[in-house]
Amino acid sequence: MKKGLTKEVIRRISKDKNEPAWMLEHRLKSFEIFVKEPMPSFGPDLSGLNLDEIIYYAKPGEVKNATSWKKVPADIKRTFEKLGIPQAERKYLAGAGAQYESENVYHRLKEKWSKFGVIFEDMDAAVNLYPELVKKYFMRCVGMHDHKFAALHGAVWSGGTFIYIPEGVNVDQPLQAYFRMNAKSMGQFEHTIIIVGKNSQGNYIEGCSAPKYNSPSLHAGMVEVFVEESARLRYSSVENWSHNTYNLNTKRAIVDKNGTMEWVGGNLGAGVTMLYPCSILRGEGARADHLGIAFANGNQIQDTGSKVIHAAPNTTSKIVMKSLCKNGGKTLYRGMVKILKGAKGASTHTKCDSLILDEKSVADTIPAMDIAENDVSANHEASVGKISEDQLFYCMSRGIGKDEATGMIINGFIEPIIKEMPLEYAVEMNRLIELEMKEAGAVG
Amino acid sequence: MFQIKNLKVDVNEKHILQGVSLKIKPGEIHVVMGPNGSGKSTLANAIAGNPKYKTTDGKIALGGEDLTHARPDHRAQKGILLAFQYPKEIPGVSVLNFLQTAHKAICKARKIAPMNPIEFRKALRERLAKFGLDATFMNRSMNEGFSGGEKKKLEMIQLSFLEPKIAIIDEIDSGLDIDALKVIAGGIKFLAYGGRGVLLITHYKRILQYLKPDFIHVMVCGRIVKSGSHKLADELERKGYKNIHHKTSS
Ligand SMILES: Nc1ncnc2c1ncn2[C@@H]1O[C@H](COP(=O)(O)OP(=O)(O)OP(=O)(O)O)[C@@H](O)[C@H]1O
Ligand SMILES: [Mg+2]
Repeated sequence: MKKGLTKEVIRRISKDKNEPAWMLEHRLKSFEIFVKEPMPSFGPDLSGLNLDEIIYYAKPGEVKNATSWKKVPADIKRTFEKLGIPQAERKYLAGAGAQYESENVYHRLKEKWSKFGVIFEDMDAAVNLYPELVKKYFMRCVGMHDHKFAALHGAVWSGGTFIYIPEGVNVDQPLQAYFRMNAKSMGQFEHTIIIVGKNSQGNYIEGCSAPKYNSPSLHAGMVEVFVEESARLRYSSVENWSHNTYNLNTKRAIVDKNGTMEWVGGNLGAGVTMLYPCSILRGEGARADHLGIAFANGNQIQDTGSKVIHAAPNTTSKIVMKSLCKNGGKTLYRGMVKILKGAKGASTHTKCDSLILDEKSVADTIPAMDIAENDVSANHEASVGKISEDQLFYCMSRGIGKDEATGMIINGFIEPIIKEMPLEYAVEMNRLIELEMKEAGAVG
Repeated sequence: MFQIKNLKVDVNEKHILQGVSLKIKPGEIHVVMGPNGSGKSTLANAIAGNPKYKTTDGKIALGGEDLTHARPDHRAQKGILLAFQYPKEIPGVSVLNFLQTAHKAICKARKIAPMNPIEFRKALRERLAKFGLDATFMNRSMNEGFSGGEKKKLEMIQLSFLEPKIAIIDEIDSGLDIDALKVIAGGIKFLAYGGRGVLLITHYKRILQYLKPDFIHVMVCGRIVKSGSHKLADELERKGYKNIHHKTSS
C-alpha cells in the first residue's frame, strides 16, 4: 500500500479490478481535473488534510492483513462495546476483516428480487457484469468537473453499490448495503448508483450506523440516484466515521416527472464533515424530502445541509434539519434552494433547528435561496437555541434527574427525523447520541 | 407532615416572599388565595425547587427531613410534586414516554418496583379516560398543542400517577369548564383521602365548594396575612383583599 496518488496507482486500481478501457480513461481524466482543481472556496478549514499522506487504494486482502483487532484504537473499541455489537461484527466494522453470515442475507435478498429484474450488486462487479448500464449512469449525475473531491472520487473510486429497479417494480423490502458491505470489503471512496425505473419504488439503507475505522483519514464517497417518472426512492444513512476522518461526501439525485426522492441522514462521526445531499427536480411535479440530523462533539465540525434545484413546474421540496453541538463542536447548516425560471408553482419549505448544549459550542445556519420565478412559494424557518431552564425544571420536578431530562429533551428535539428512520437506525441513533452525551468528544 | 418555616425567596434579586410559614398534615387541604403578583406561584416554585427562585432564608421540610436546598428531582422523589400554573411543552417527547421515565425515576429512588411497560400503558390509559382524555393523548408530545383545560388535566394525571406526599397545585381551576372542574376537584379529593397533603392555589371559590378545605390562607405582598376556615373564602368574596389586608396588618 502506497501513500499519495499517481497515474500508476490509478492504473493499478483499474487493472486489479479488471476494468474495461473506458473506466480507466474516466479515472485518468478525473485525475487530471483533480490535480488542477482548487480546494473548496467555502466551508471548514481543510488545511489539516494532507492529500499526499492518504492511502488511496488497497486490495481487500491487504486491508485485512494490515489491520488487526489489536491495532484498532481503544476509543473505537469502547464504543463498540457500549453499543453491544457482537465480537465478529466489531472486527469487521473496525476494518479488521472477518466475514460472517450476513453474506447469506445479502444473497437471499439479491436472489429474491432478481426474479423481478432487480439488480443489487457490488459496484466493482457491476462494471463488468452490466457494462452498458453502468456506463449510461456512472457519474452522469455528479460529473468529474463538479468539484475537486468529485474529480478525486472519479479517479480512485472503489466498491459501493449498484442498484437497478426496472419499470413497475415495488421493492417493498429495504435493500441494505449493510449486508452487501459485510460480504465484500468497503472502502472510503465507494460509489453508489441507484436507478428506480418508471412507477417503481425502492428503499435503500446505506452501510451501518456503527463507527467505522479506516486507517486513511479521507472519505470521499459518491451517491448518484436516478428517480424516473412517478418512481420513489428513500435513501437512509447514518455516517459515523472515526474522528480522524475528513468526510467529504457527495450525494445527488435527479428526479423526473412526479417522482419522489427522500434523503434521511444522520451525521455523527468524522472530524470534519462536508455533506449536502442534493435533489435536482427536473420533471414536473417532482418532489424531494430532505431530513437530517448532525451532531458535533468536541473538535468536530459538521458542515452539512442540502441543496434542491427546482427545474420544472409544480415541484415541491421539504427540508428538515436538526443539529446539536456540544463541548466545542461546531454545526453549520448550509442550504441552497434554487427555483429556476419556468418552475411555476414550485414550493419549498425549510426548517432547520439547532440546539447548543453548552457555552463552548457553536451553531450557525446559512440558508440561501435563489428564486427566478414569480409564481412560487418559498419559506424558511430557522432556530438556534439552548435547552430551556424551564423545560429542564419541568422534567426535574417530576423526579427525573438532570442528565436524563437533558437526554429526553434532546431525543424529543430530533424525534421528527428519528421517526422517519428505519427502526434499527432509530434505535442506534438514539443510543449513539446518548453515548455522545456521555463522552467528552474526540480530540484530533 | 409538610412544613415551611419563615420562607424568604428572591426572584431576579427582588424579595418576593417575605417569610412564609405553613404546616400541612397528611390528608389536609390548604388553600392559598391572594391578588395577582402576591407571590403564590413563587411559593409553589420555591417549594418545588425551581432554581430561578432563590431561597434566602427559612426552611422546607417533609416528614422531618430538611429539603430546603435539595435538587428539584430529589424533592419530587421524596414526594413534593407541583402541578404548574403554566405547564411546559416538550416537543417530541410523548406523554407516555415522559410519564414512564418519571415513574421509573421515582420508583428507583423510592426503592419500589416500577410497573412494567404493559401495566404502565394500561394504567395510563385508564387514568386518561378518568380525566376525560382520549387514549391518543398518550402518543402526543407533552403539552404541545394541548388546550388550556387539557394541560391542567394532564398536570393532575401526573400528580396522581407519581404518588406525592404533598401536592402543590397552582391555579388548576382557571379556565376549566364545569365538567372538567368537577373531575379535577375529584382528583384533588382523592389525593387528600389517600392521606396526602394538598396546597391549592386558586382565585375562585368555585372549586372550593367541591373540596371542603381545612384551611384558607390569604397571601398579600409575599406574606400570609390571614388564615382561617373555609368560611374565609366567603368573607374574601364579600370584602376583597384590600380590606382583609388592612384589617390584619394594622
Ligand atoms: N420568573 C420570574 N421572573 C421575574 N419576575 C418574577 C418571576 N416569577 C415571579 N416574578 C415576580 O414575582 C412576583 C410574584 O409573582 P407570582 O407569580 O408568584 O404571583 P402570583 O401570586 O402567582 O400571581 P397570579 O395570581 O397572577 O398567578 C410578581 O411581581 C412577578 O412579576
Ligand atoms: Mg401564579
